[in-house]
Amino acid sequence: MSLVYLVLQDNDNARYLVDGITHDNPHAVVQHQPAMIRIEAEGRLEIRRDTMEERLGRAWDVQEMLLDVITIGGNVDEDDDAFVLEWKN
Amino acid sequence: MTANKKKLGLKDKYRYLTRDLDWEPSYQDKKDIFPHEDFEGIKITDWDKWEDPFRLTMDSYWKYQAEKEKKLYAILDAFAQNNGQQTISDARYVNALKLFLGGISPCEYQAFQGFARVGRQFSGAGARVACQMQAIDELRHVQTQVHAMSHYNKHFNGLHDFAHMHDRVWFLSVPKSFFDDARTAGPFEFLTAISFSFEYVLTNLLFVPFMSGAAYNGDMATVTFGFSAQSDEARHMTLGLEVIKFMLEQHEDNVPIIQGWIDKWFWRGNRLLSLVGMMMDYMLPNKVMSWAEAWEVYFEEAGGALFKDLERYGIRPPKYVEQCPIAKQHVSHQAWATFYQYSQATNFHTWMPSDEEMDWLSAKYPETFDQYYRERFTFWREQQEKGERFYNNTLPQLCQVCQIPTIFTEPDDATQLSHRSHVHEGERYHFCSDGCCDIFKNQPEKYVQAWLPVHQIYQGNCGGSDVESVVRDYYNINIGEDNFEYLGSPEHQRWLEWKGLNPAVAPLPKAS
Amino acid sequence: MTVNSIGPYEFPPLDLEANFHGNRLLYVGWDRHLMFCSPFALAVSPAMGFSELCEQVLRAAMAAHPDTAKVDFSASVWLLNDEPWTPDFAASLDANGLRHKDMLRLQTPGLNGLGNSAS
Repeated sequence: MSLVYLVLQDNDNARYLVDGITHDNPHAVVQHQPAMIRIEAEGRLEIRRDTMEERLGRAWDVQEMLLDVITIGGNVDEDDDAFVLEWKN
Repeated sequence: MTANKKKLGLKDKYRYLTRDLDWEPSYQDKKDIFPHEDFEGIKITDWDKWEDPFRLTMDSYWKYQAEKEKKLYAILDAFAQNNGQQTISDARYVNALKLFLGGISPCEYQAFQGFARVGRQFSGAGARVACQMQAIDELRHVQTQVHAMSHYNKHFNGLHDFAHMHDRVWFLSVPKSFFDDARTAGPFEFLTAISFSFEYVLTNLLFVPFMSGAAYNGDMATVTFGFSAQSDEARHMTLGLEVIKFMLEQHEDNVPIIQGWIDKWFWRGNRLLSLVGMMMDYMLPNKVMSWAEAWEVYFEEAGGALFKDLERYGIRPPKYVEQCPIAKQHVSHQAWATFYQYSQATNFHTWMPSDEEMDWLSAKYPETFDQYYRERFTFWREQQEKGERFYNNTLPQLCQVCQIPTIFTEPDDATQLSHRSHVHEGERYHFCSDGCCDIFKNQPEKYVQAWLPVHQIYQGNCGGSDVESVVRDYYNINIGEDNFEYLGSPEHQRWLEWKGLNPAVAPLPKAS
Repeated sequence: MTVNSIGPYEFPPLDLEANFHGNRLLYVGWDRHLMFCSPFALAVSPAMGFSELCEQVLRAAMAAHPDTAKVDFSASVWLLNDEPWTPDFAASLDANGLRHKDMLRLQTPGLNGLGNSAS
């Protein structure tokens, strides 16, 4: 199975994102590099709105992740509830 | 959460605000409205199959981009107000920015022009909107980059005339000709070249590890514009992948055409990135990772997953990709050696690595650095210590396609230059590799027109007859300030003064 | 494959010999001496003698390398466009058959660059 990955700016928003992502994707591996955080996982990785809202204590739009993302690898599928990265083979 | 329920769902909103803005023409032929859609041979049967996975609509686009800009400019202001130029790791680092400003930022502008043009040419509304957003993104990138680096222009040399230099200076013809090639292609080839091959497969190598390196060298301004730009790239990459899947799914006849474009544009991008390899291995005083390591993570791993995913469409990895695991051990050293010996003709400085840096290179390149490059660099350092700093006083042979001097070695013999030549209609042409030679053979009419800087100098089209007057008058490089060796340069002196290290500075403070 | 275009696509090559004001381009690479990053691109008069090319032009171009003093051009091995080739040192470049944009490779057996590293 191929790796999908997501790289975030290492900022305050990212703490919540990383927390939410690792909660929903226990197979994800988090790497800290200068000014950035790389999260990679076998096959699939998702960011869920409900998890993020629980952590932030406010409404959270999935597209807010666009502010902090640096790069991604994998096929994207996004709707109101989740942002999903996936390799389908 | 009630607020969310009142709003349109993402998918509906995207449909209403994108696809539903389109209409069928009633009194004009669609072919006349979109005249460039067919000539490349790509067959599109149903534009409605076009997917934009981010489902970004124009209103959200403005909202998020405005937030990104606010964050970015707050940091640029803070950097300037706090004299951030004095807290970078070392002034040598700024030379990477000079290369970035002359070589990369103008390409962002070229990308803007390219997307603005091709966005006009697609009859599918989804593709038009995606191209429109990307055109605006690219314009934002060139503006924020110029703005961020304008601060460095106040304190360092060589940044004063980047647009002029981009059009004229010999090594900047490498990135310039890359985008000229893409922009003069048809709309589908342009998307394959820039959205897919460049954005998806290769830009991570520039904007992720190099920018992380900028942060590691104390350059808050650059890392911020870099990551801010790259946050748009996440969308661009997604567009690139969707473009390819869309074209491949539309018609089986598209597969061989796209494979040809992937082969071509992978190779061109790979050559272009030699410059980035050198920036990472030689121009970052504090190192994050080597070029070879970055290549492994962002090309071999990520690209491997990508091409495995595309296999089901009948797409294979790009031609000559098997040469890359060897080349990644060499290209940064070869590129740096080239710029070192031609520093009289660059708007940035070069230098030889210190002992500590050479040891780092040995450790990162155990199979190549000591065997092929240490001897050369040590000799140059010794010459420099004797006061005979090496400059190459001739002009180099350039590759007809990538326009890089033919500096690369054979994949199977690192002691032998890789050189190919080919005769077309009685004229001989020279190439750095089989990859570039193949690109020429496929479209010779295009590359016979290449504006090769070395040949243009010899034809008398770049002003004076000697290199110094070309560099001074045609390139607008300030001789003795912008060019030559870093050690002892005015910039080096100034840095030492800032740091209170210059033995030449009078021990007593100057009277104010 | 050729250029797919929206109209006629014919342009003259930019580097025809006629554009070089009587000179010809000649490329010369020195094998196993990669300190010079690529072959030299020279603009030379076809009337120049081959020995003049060697002793005046090439020796100056190669001067920074410690092996250069040991080079005997007449005892060297030459390749013209990758084919074995023997120059006539007394004749001009033109009489030697060197055409616009030809490429010479100079091989100097026994000289293997700095510390035998091919540099």
